[in-house]
Amino acid sequence: MTDRLRVDWTRCRARGLCLELLPELLTADDWGYPLSRSGETEPSVPRWLSAHAERAVVECPRLALRISPDPGEPGAGRP
Amino acid sequence: MTDALWYFGRGTGVTVLVLFSLVVVLGIVTRSGQPLPGLPRFAVAALHRTVSLAALAFLTLHVLTLLLDPYAQLRLEDVVLPFRAAYRPAWQGLGTVALDLVVLLVASSLLRQRIGVRAWRWLHWAAYLCWPAAVAHAIGTGTDRHSGWLLTVVVACAGAVGAAGIWRLVGRSFEPDIPVARVPPPTGLAGLW
Amino acid sequence: MTELRTPTQRLLAAAASSYGRHVQLLGPLPDVSGERVRQLVQDSGLTGRGGAGFPTSRKLAAVAGRRRAVVVANGAEGEPASSKDRVLLLRAPHLVLDGVAVAVRATGATEAFLYAPDDLADRLQDVIRQRADPVGVTLIRADSSFIAGQETAAVAAAEGRPAVPRSVPPMPFVSGVRGRPTLVNNVETLAQLGLIIRYGPDWFRAIGTADEPGSRLLTVSGAVFRPGVYEAPTGDTLAAALRLAGGAAGSVQALLVGGYHGAWVPWLPDTAGLPLTRSALAPYDAAPGAGILVALPRRRCGLLATAEIVAYLAGQNAGQCGPCRNGLPTLAGQLWELATGWPTTGLVREISRVAGLVDGRGACAHPTGTVRLVRSCLRVFSADVELHRAGRCAAGRGTR
Repeated sequence: MTDRLRVDWTRCRARGLCLELLPELLTADDWGYPLSRSGETEPSVPRWLSAHAERAVVECPRLALRISPDPGEPGAGRP
Repeated sequence: MTDALWYFGRGTGVTVLVLFSLVVVLGIVTRSGQPLPGLPRFAVAALHRTVSLAALAFLTLHVLTLLLDPYAQLRLEDVVLPFRAAYRPAWQGLGTVALDLVVLLVASSLLRQRIGVRAWRWLHWAAYLCWPAAVAHAIGTGTDRHSGWLLTVVVACAGAVGAAGIWRLVGRSFEPDIPVARVPPPTGLAGLW
Repeated sequence: MTELRTPTQRLLAAAASSYGRHVQLLGPLPDVSGERVRQLVQDSGLTGRGGAGFPTSRKLAAVAGRRRAVVVANGAEGEPASSKDRVLLLRAPHLVLDGVAVAVRATGATEAFLYAPDDLADRLQDVIRQRADPVGVTLIRADSSFIAGQETAAVAAAEGRPAVPRSVPPMPFVSGVRGRPTLVNNVETLAQLGLIIRYGPDWFRAIGTADEPGSRLLTVSGAVFRPGVYEAPTGDTLAAALRLAGGAAGSVQALLVGGYHGAWVPWLPDTAGLPLTRSALAPYDAAPGAGILVALPRRRCGLLATAEIVAYLAGQNAGQCGPCRNGLPTLAGQLWELATGWPTTGLVREISRVAGLVDGRGACAHPTGTVRLVRSCLRVFSADVELHRAGRCAAGRGTR
């Protein structure tokens, strides 16, 4: 199952630390808020970026980020 | 030997004051959401944390040294309970208050994910009680309270924190939302149909 | 128990001005176990009437297994183009409250709320006083904002907080009002429940489609002779819906289906015959939603109508989420320019780009719904964009 990075939009204030820590996955939208580069609203976090993504979650000053698995995926059941 | 302890106690104390002043300045910059030259925002935050842990290390040395120094007459309970020490209780007590608040600040920050942003922020305001208490303690407890070099250090620390505070209050908002142009209000949707 | 006279007028025929009249008309509420209620609801295939169309039995099951549940009857109806909840609360409030009692029984709830518009509050308080439900219903006054009727906003209102949406997870059925498992149902859904418990699933399924059986309340407005709230079997055509409202008043160019978070459906001979179902309307990215239909006449400019709606929606954002708070006013400004200014290809591209930035990026469906409307406007009124570019307008009006 893939892990996805999710934003709590009611908490995010575009402080931008996540953009610095996860530039591979995130870029700034027109107003400074984190925008997924992949075109999905909630980008999947590949294993090689797990540690960086977890750091972004911990460092967010607003605790607006979270990583959780994607339950409803086709082919979920692969390790 | 006891002289050495006393000098080491004072030396570590001054170091703690300087380091915590730096922590406050870095904390103000962190909160502002601005990066520093060569330091992205996450690095400013990380530096703030690292320096605070260094300050905590020196604080531990400072307290241990003075516990061992007979001239300081510091008991273990004076480390956590303020204003009851034998030597300059009022000024000493402020140091204890500052230490208690440091423990609170560090513990709450380590538990930030558990307690949530609101509770954490509320507790972190204690930094603005902690630092003045530390400054007052430094001025009042030290035997060189009238010595030029200590006063210079204190003034420099206070100046740095003051300057950071003014920069923060006067500078632009840290929330980088670009204000959006006003939209003509709807003319009354009933009139649409 | 009396049989309702007109097979398709179910909710609207249950109008009763007092509790006595209500019981006289429909009979008392049967005493049925929670498990039996859930079975009846599952067999009936009832889906939510608040817009999302979620199977009600699944919602009941999600809450029923948990302790100290709460039921919230959502009659806030923030959508300006919808009046069905208001009409239902005015005409058949006891049927709605019967539904609440049934939902309470089905979920083992220990607390119940009725969330209703402020101006109906005094009247509804009297209605509640006439009853002796085992779990008393607390009235919560709803403001008139668009967002007030959103599910988590309703939960917040029941807690006495400002009615703004919250981030999910946790879903309300896990943690809602004061952290308790909460069932939020539209008042029409609950009213249907009040009828199902009396007449049974087979009766309920006798009209409407197999996927979404029963009747549904429609709010039909715009260029029709008798705008108002009507009741029809699910799956009735768009044309039949307009006929209920007296037929089109003048030449209609498109229908807004599903309200301000819905989509435009061009009014053509083959679309008029489309049933009001999810599958039939899917090619237009439209859905029955909460049964809202607005007929846009040819004399009105579709671009301007959309711009007006989006300006309203932009002003109605809760101010919590950056992409919505910034993106919706931006879109509103762009659509205004499209409708009243110069619609260059660059502008249309920009609208699409900003819509993409806003879609799905918020705590609730407000930005997504607004983007749906904007995108459907660009598709359905693309000819108007061309006309405006040539300095003309299909409606023959507009600030050109």
